[in-house]
Amino acid sequence: MVDEGGRVTTLEAPPAMEPELEGEHMLINLGPQHPATHGVLRLVLELDGETVVRCIPHVGYLHCGFEKIGEYRQYNQIIPWTDREDYLNSPGNNVAFALGAERLFGVEITPRCTVLRVIAMELSRIMSHLVWLGTTCIDIGAFTPFLWSFQERERIYTLLEQWIGARLTTTLTRVGGMGADIPDGWMDGLRDFVRTFPKTIAEVDRMVTRNGIWVGRTIGIGAMTGPDAVNAGLSGPLLRASGVAYDVRKDFPYLDYETYDFDVPVGTSGDVYDRFLVRMEELRQSVRILEQAAARLPDGPVNVDDARVILPPKSKATSEMESMIHHFKQVMEGPRPPIGECYVAVESPKGEKGYYFVSDGTPKPVRWRIRPPSYVNLSAIPRMVEGHLLSDVIAINASIDIVMGEIDR
Amino acid sequence: MTAPLVVPGSADPASTPATLRAIPHRGGALNPTADRIKSQFAEAFVRAEVIWGETNVYLRPESVLDVVRYLHDDAQERYDYLSDVTAVEYRDLELPLQVVWHLRSLPFRRFLRLKAELPKGTPLSVPSVFSIYSGADWLERECYDMFGIVFEGHPDLRRILMWEQYQEGYPLRKDFPLRGRFSRSEQLRQALAAQPESRYSMTELTIADAFEDLPLEMRQRLAGGEKTGE
Repeated sequence: MVDEGGRVTTLEAPPAMEPELEGEHMLINLGPQHPATHGVLRLVLELDGETVVRCIPHVGYLHCGFEKIGEYRQYNQIIPWTDREDYLNSPGNNVAFALGAERLFGVEITPRCTVLRVIAMELSRIMSHLVWLGTTCIDIGAFTPFLWSFQERERIYTLLEQWIGARLTTTLTRVGGMGADIPDGWMDGLRDFVRTFPKTIAEVDRMVTRNGIWVGRTIGIGAMTGPDAVNAGLSGPLLRASGVAYDVRKDFPYLDYETYDFDVPVGTSGDVYDRFLVRMEELRQSVRILEQAAARLPDGPVNVDDARVILPPKSKATSEMESMIHHFKQVMEGPRPPIGECYVAVESPKGEKGYYFVSDGTPKPVRWRIRPPSYVNLSAIPRMVEGHLLSDVIAINASIDIVMGEIDR
Repeated sequence: MTAPLVVPGSADPASTPATLRAIPHRGGALNPTADRIKSQFAEAFVRAEVIWGETNVYLRPESVLDVVRYLHDDAQERYDYLSDVTAVEYRDLELPLQVVWHLRSLPFRRFLRLKAELPKGTPLSVPSVFSIYSGADWLERECYDMFGIVFEGHPDLRRILMWEQYQEGYPLRKDFPLRGRFSRSEQLRQALAAQPESRYSMTELTIADAFEDLPLEMRQRLAGGEKTGE
């Protein structure tokens, strides 16, 4: 207050810089058509200012009933559907499906096929991780790694195109073998890729890993502890970033993965940064596996010699009575597995991908269940984002590495 | 920062199991857990079998939660990882519907399949294992969505892949036709009328100030005294 003489008598409290606002929470729809949700994912977010108080995910926009359709198809006819669920990892899905169906049929694949499938799985892991790397960098504001990673991914697609003729939806495997053997000179292309690809990883690593913006946007964001992550059923890099060394390739091996020398990278804090580090290291480990697989690829047949599941060569089918009958029975009726069931899981780039088959002895499965790793991983997103800022939701969502085709099926 | 959770043996190459080979169709080594369930839960245990090297344990539906809690907590078992929850309906409609749990013990590297059979004509209901594995949340919701199996005790059991107003039934049941129940044009009309983006679940309605943005029909339901929230 100022008296008549102009002297200050009492001190007045300064005006509040930020007036006390009522605690109104805001409801925000993120998606379903938002580029940073990596597909048609809808997150309903309750915000207090910019902080997420609650997150309710909605999925199902891409649901097309793969499992239902599978009940009306023969086993080999389902393989094209597996391309289309996790479409960044088509060869890996094909291999996983074939492994499951072969267990159900009681078929043992050839040594050459085993190694070729390992090559397919690791190439597809690199492909999927590269898409993840590029899109995550874009989400967090870095553009260049996207270009670099998509260039490398293009080289893998070229390799796949030379191998099977398709790029995205490969339909690489058949029950009991592969759709095609690798063409002459293909291994040179693979060795060339294996030799030069680590250079790209090193470049991205130098550019991103210790970048101040990147570190600031990712460290301490969306952390899950190890026990929490196991309890929530997380798998893949997400689980390993939380410090749990669960990798299906090591713990429940398939395709002779126990004979390859590779490490399982493990994080400590389970935040977005650790997930990034784990995936970067997995790229390097996949290269190591590819090197070993390329060195040990044996000669020999790709398909099993089993007329129940593998079509006879065309020349025999048109000249020999028995081959013609086998051909006819397989095409018209389809191979019949014995009554039974099996669950076969592989380590897909997203996590534990399982196929559960139930057969009643007919050529079509009674139940074909996909255990989608992205689906279970995404279900934990409310716990990861709560308490973080709205902009962190984008980073966390990107770090889960979801593919909506696999979640909605 | 938390200390890494060490899974015993996972870093030790000598203890790495080998790729399964030459698995018999039926028979083979039974998972030792099956015997322990049999001795501890004689009431709940129905039968156990080995198919393609995997152990199936059939349980009475009402006691699944007790058995799963034992499997999760017991130091001898430590089934800490729930891989999958799903259901199977056979083409023979007289056969009971089966609910299937795939459990993994990461420390012991074991895999176990639990099954509960729900005969046709009985209420399709099993206890939810959400209180033990939080990962069961969406898996059980999907199973409910696709098969109509009610998981007792699940906090938020509603449709997940189909939209909440979906009326045609449960798509993965064998009596559900592959093409859906109605003509293509009728299905399209219903799907467009559903407008899932403009709808909010009852849980979301508890979020403040969303009321004015709600569809008219939902506002009327709320004004009529319908309770929101879980």
